[in-house]
Amino acid sequence: MAHAGIHTDANDPLNVTNPEHAQHHIVTPLQYTFVYLTLLVCTGITAGAAYVDLGWANPVIALAIACFKAVIVILFFMHVAYQSRLIKMTIGAGFFIFLVLVTMTMTDYISRAWGLW
Amino acid sequence: MDSALATTDPNMPETEVYGEHEHVALPQHRHHFETEEQQREAGSFGMWLFLLTEIMFFGGMFFAYLLYRNWYYPAFVAASNQLSVPIGTANTAILITSGFCMAVGVWAAEVRKRTLLVVMLILTTVFGVAFLGFKYDEYHEKYELHHIPGNNFNVSMFTNPAAYGLKEDPLPPDMAQKTQIFFFLYFAMTGMHALHMIIGIALLFWLTWRAHRGDFSSGYVAPIENFGLYWHFVDIVWIFLFPLLYLINRHPMH
Repeated sequence: MAHAGIHTDANDPLNVTNPEHAQHHIVTPLQYTFVYLTLLVCTGITAGAAYVDLGWANPVIALAIACFKAVIVILFFMHVAYQSRLIKMTIGAGFFIFLVLVTMTMTDYISRAWGLW
Repeated sequence: MDSALATTDPNMPETEVYGEHEHVALPQHRHHFETEEQQREAGSFGMWLFLLTEIMFFGGMFFAYLLYRNWYYPAFVAASNQLSVPIGTANTAILITSGFCMAVGVWAAEVRKRTLLVVMLILTTVFGVAFLGFKYDEYHEKYELHHIPGNNFNVSMFTNPAAYGLKEDPLPPDMAQKTQIFFFLYFAMTGMHALHMIIGIALLFWLTWRAHRGDFSSGYVAPIENFGLYWHFVDIVWIFLFPLLYLINRHPMH
């Protein structure tokens, strides 16, 4: 009963009374179709680019395309583009910590007997 | 004393709290959430925390791959070139299609289209099973070639590729042994990915049955939405596995 007056409306448009609660957004099938086609095109580009000798750029391009695909899946298929800042920050922090772990582990390996196992 | 107990009984009408929350419409709305949006967001948040632990789990294997690929690059190239790019590409497309069906399924649940939701869940399952079918075919081929790491592993295709009609550079015996590390990581990573898909397909059967019963077409979308997050996560793992395992160096020496 103490909460009765605090929250005025579940769909409070300005998020004033309830700033952490994002308004619910439904992604449309048309948007999903665009994302889907983009993903298919990117898959084709990845496979094709692997057969072109680009030296050091081959793995960079492959990973860049994979990251792009992952980002659009996360943003649209997984609705993160329409989530609250809390969720966006949490996901970003998770990926950041993953990169920190990779960097620190790699630093350890690089600094002793690289490739001698 | 009897009266004190009676007033704390949640089933007594005078302590019934639902009346204060006039926005409560769904039977699945838990009373400790202020609003439906809050409940929904808490659910998504929890699912994302779980997925972040999954990222760390797969991340360990991706790190092992990064390390050994740099140490034993020639062995990784030779072994990677034994994987089938057409099957890998087709499987990527199949998995993306499965993810697209799942995404449309989430939309169908949001707009309360029961039949469309059931159809989309079935399509998601069908494409998921197709992916696993191709994966089985690939594993079986590796089994026949003795390319599964262990006592029966055969390096002759890598030490003497010309005998197999391959245009690869022959590897020295010690480096050829390192192809086992590639195949170990290949089976570990695609195997864990496949295990996630098998779990997902089992959940899909259950969700399809519930969707058919009408559980998710009256505004209760959370199980479909959270399963969708899981399924898309599994897609993302494959989006990275495909180029890293199949496409290391497809244009050697020519």
